[in-house]
Amino acid sequence: MNESQLTQAGKSEVPNVQGQPDRDIVLRPAVDVYEDGTGITLLADLPGVSRDRLNIQVDKNNLTIEGQMVIDMPEGMESLYAEVRGSRFQRSFSLSSELEVDKIEAQMKDGVLTLKVPKRSELQPRKIEIKAG
Amino acid sequence: MLYQTYLESDLSDQFERMRRQMDSLFGAWPSISSIRAAAAGSFPATNVGASAERVDVYIFAAGIDPNSLDIQLQQNLLTFSGKRELKSQENATCYLSERFNGEFRRVLTLPEDIDSEKVEASYRDGVLHVIVQRREAVKPRQIQVK
Repeated sequence: MNESQLTQAGKSEVPNVQGQPDRDIVLRPAVDVYEDGTGITLLADLPGVSRDRLNIQVDKNNLTIEGQMVIDMPEGMESLYAEVRGSRFQRSFSLSSELEVDKIEAQMKDGVLTLKVPKRSELQPRKIEIKAG
Repeated sequence: MLYQTYLESDLSDQFERMRRQMDSLFGAWPSISSIRAAAAGSFPATNVGASAERVDVYIFAAGIDPNSLDIQLQQNLLTFSGKRELKSQENATCYLSERFNGEFRRVLTLPEDIDSEKVEASYRDGVLHVIVQRREAVKPRQIQVK
């Protein structure tokens, strides 16, 4: 099987404990990112990932979203057809300094993650009132 | 503290096992594509698994109102349709817009021996799981040697 076709960017090439190459398939979640005056909102599709299987990390200027999909499978099941060929989601984004990383808010509902990254209040746009002369 | 660490590592071992089980199941399968297959990246992605007793269909459809889904089973053809309407963002700059927005409809061919009367569906964490039982006659029977 052609590994490179199945795997996505971000796949780890680090050998695992047994010395075998890591054949981990990492799924890249679809995201929407938009920005308004108050900050940035990111939505990510992570079907099958519950709140406790989700890991969001901010390391300096990098935001990493990781999630493990868990689906209920009966004993002795064989795959007939598969479009989703892995069970771990991962995607990283770089942030910029005007964002307040310690005030990130995350919400998970029906497999959709909503992350709100606020801008520093002093950098939020202010409307300048024009006084009547 | 030790106790907690032990618990955590035990849990993560469990997930690791589960992950490997899932990855080996769906990842290593040769890609035989169905005649009703949709283009790669179509929404929602679907996996189908089968055991002796039942056929399990997993539809990866995050952020959907389960009441808006229409699922029909006619003989061995499973049709599901629905829509996902994303909130439009006014006064915002959009940088990435990868998530599916709109109506979808897909048809899947299931094995011929399913019992179309015995179907159940559940929706959890954005995955719609449809379970269809197989007919008794086709389940492998153990023959006792006297």
